[in-house]
Amino acid sequence: MPVKLRDFPRTHFNMPGNAACPGCPETMGLRYVKMALGDKAVLVIPAGCSSVIQGISPKSGINFPILNIVFAAAASAAAGMKAGFEMLGRDDVQVVVWAGDGGTADIGLQAMSGAAERGDDIIYICVDNEAYMNTGIQRSGATPYGAWTTTTWTGKKEHKKNVPFIMIAHDVPYVATASVGYPQDFIEKLRKAATVKGFKYIHLHAPCPVGWRFDPGLTPEIAQLAVKTGMWPLFEYHNGKLKISSFSRLYRVKEKRVPLKEYLKLQGRFRHLKDSDVKILEEYIDRLWAWLDLLEKAPNPSGTARDLLGK
Amino acid sequence: MLLTWFQRGDDGMVVKTLTGNKAVAHAVKAARVKVVAAYPITPQTTIVETLADMIEHGEMNAKMIRVESEHSALAATLGAAAAGARSFTATSSHGLLLMHEVVWWTAGARIPVVMSVVTRAIGPPWNIHVDHNDIWDQRDSGWIISIAENNQEVFDLTLQAFRISEDPRVYLPMIVGLDGFILSHTVAPVDIPDQEKIDQWLPPRRQPYVITPESGVVMGNLAADEDYYMMRYSIQTAMVEAKKVISEVDDEYGEVFGRKYGGLVECFHCDGSKYNIVIAGSWSGDAKEAVLKLRDEGYSVGVLRVRYFRPWPDEEIRRLLSTSKGVLFIDRSISFGGKGHLLTEAMTNLAESTNLPAVRGVIAGLGGVDVGADEFYELTKSFIDEVEENGPFYDPLYWHIPQVYRGKYPERLPGYGKFSYERR
Ligand SMILES: Cc1ncc(C[n+]2csc(CCOP(=O)(O)OP(=O)(O)O)c2C)c(N)n1
Ligand code: SF4
Repeated sequence: MPVKLRDFPRTHFNMPGNAACPGCPETMGLRYVKMALGDKAVLVIPAGCSSVIQGISPKSGINFPILNIVFAAAASAAAGMKAGFEMLGRDDVQVVVWAGDGGTADIGLQAMSGAAERGDDIIYICVDNEAYMNTGIQRSGATPYGAWTTTTWTGKKEHKKNVPFIMIAHDVPYVATASVGYPQDFIEKLRKAATVKGFKYIHLHAPCPVGWRFDPGLTPEIAQLAVKTGMWPLFEYHNGKLKISSFSRLYRVKEKRVPLKEYLKLQGRFRHLKDSDVKILEEYIDRLWAWLDLLEKAPNPSGTARDLLGK
Repeated sequence: MLLTWFQRGDDGMVVKTLTGNKAVAHAVKAARVKVVAAYPITPQTTIVETLADMIEHGEMNAKMIRVESEHSALAATLGAAAAGARSFTATSSHGLLLMHEVVWWTAGARIPVVMSVVTRAIGPPWNIHVDHNDIWDQRDSGWIISIAENNQEVFDLTLQAFRISEDPRVYLPMIVGLDGFILSHTVAPVDIPDQEKIDQWLPPRRQPYVITPESGVVMGNLAADEDYYMMRYSIQTAMVEAKKVISEVDDEYGEVFGRKYGGLVECFHCDGSKYNIVIAGSWSGDAKEAVLKLRDEGYSVGVLRVRYFRPWPDEEIRRLLSTSKGVLFIDRSISFGGKGHLLTEAMTNLAESTNLPAVRGVIAGLGGVDVGADEFYELTKSFIDEVEENGPFYDPLYWHIPQVYRGKYPERLPGYGKFSYERR
């Protein structure tokens, strides 16, 4: 059932002392997580902007119980917490990892892969601002081609690592992409994930005004443009079946997509791009959709491999 | 079947013949640990294997997380413990180094967990044999660090570790060290007390906080530098408190189960002896054998066995060694560019004494090089004879060259040098 904005709880999710920059997509995302999961969740947060956004102890600027943890170990710490709760008879607790793209695509990938393969019953959210923002905008595996960062001064030479596909290849029961530009969609996916047993992965696109060099008032608009240009397709992979989400469906058709330049021109990190670079990114988009198309059409009648084990 | 034979003692106590690693597993089971997360590495592997076996066959009610690395092993152990479950991990050498970041994080979080460290050399070159550089490498991290001499002590220390680390005066994680192969893979009789008695003695889990959805607890976000500083200070105070708790627990355990070791150190004929060996781990047994022989020959000599490296036994060293005429340190580790670890630590205590004894620091047994009782006998005898003949000296870095290399190198490898001095 689609979520309606008016149904959202009115609790304060961001408390005084929240140390995020203006227009911060991570704060927006955290608010939606609280809206979706309510008071049954504990967060595990590795190093990244969200370690700082919490503000200074002994208080916290986000209204969540949190285990902060070292950069590479979020998924494992969460797996441990879940096991602890299970052994103590508390099956109702949602253990949620909230990790950046660096903490997910790069340094934390091994731990996440382990947890996914074991089928640990956690929700893993990658909040993807497409670089290491906390340490001052360095490239990550999830930085797109061409983007300026402080370790790619002339633009990144490689394409973005496709972590959702990597997670689909793990054959976990639930993988989804989401965007801070579409809160209803994100919340709906979170609520669905909460009903699924096993490892759930949600990759949240999170445009960062500081690192991407845009006006802090534009975060939602840029997030939506990423979807409308086809750069960030929203989809859901549940029990072996891939479905393009409603907000992205229109952009399956290349001609309906907003021209990529509309997205790029608002961001300082792409200012230096030549037409040939834009073309490379456009080809990346086509390829991404071709791949999605294959996955969507691929008949997979038996759910996940895990189902074959009778789990 | 996990063991070769066992028999039942008088009071429900079971005597089993166990390797050190199986002794660990039995203690973990006896402590009713709820979550185990560990990764295989020689010589620790049989701990994970045995616990997996116990859990899978319903002998132990716990969840095993078969993690993909040691970094994850300790992170998962910490996660489970933060959720309120008694949890355990074990590793060696490279595994311990890989998890080093989480070692610090766990102590800083003040969450009690217990970890076995089966001591092993660090590569390159690859070497799976006993060495203390891996365990002492955790020295500064805020963990309580103990090391056993034999398999019985391995069992007892592991069980006690839960009691000590979960004491509200302490709330720090604890390492129990056991020497690779020499203990981990060698069988010896181990008394396992009656489970009912253990349950009475070991209280239910206590910890400073639990992170539940209702708790509102946030662990580890940024802190003001001053708060950070004071939190560091509180770890140090907890370490000081731990000294009391360790000796209380040792006493109580002795009363209830009949085995008492002496707290932070074991003093084997050391009190009042003119000469003493300072040593830690399994080869202390060989040093004791050498000492008994020397005592038969009329030498006044004893062994001070370090059972706890953290908290460091300051008072014990000061009290027991300040009247010594000479102290021989045997280190199975080296801080490159510095000296052996036991010597380095203990010298700060001897410096407090008005009566500086003659000192020799021996580096021996790295990478599992065997050093037997006969060699301890020679090392000790020649040290004593040298002091008696020439008066006191400070000789902190004496490389005990392996047998096969003797004659190929000068008898004294150039090290730190040897300095004679007038007794203060
Ligand atoms: C082991 C380790 N290496 C490096 C760091 C430094 N560090 C802290 S946060 C961070 C980048 C975080 O990037 P990301 O995961 O993308 O999160 P963001 O800050 O963008 O939210 C780095 C490199 C660290 N904390 N730990
Ligand atoms: S750098 Fe970006 S992601 Fe980080 S706190 Fe600022 S706005 Fe948020």
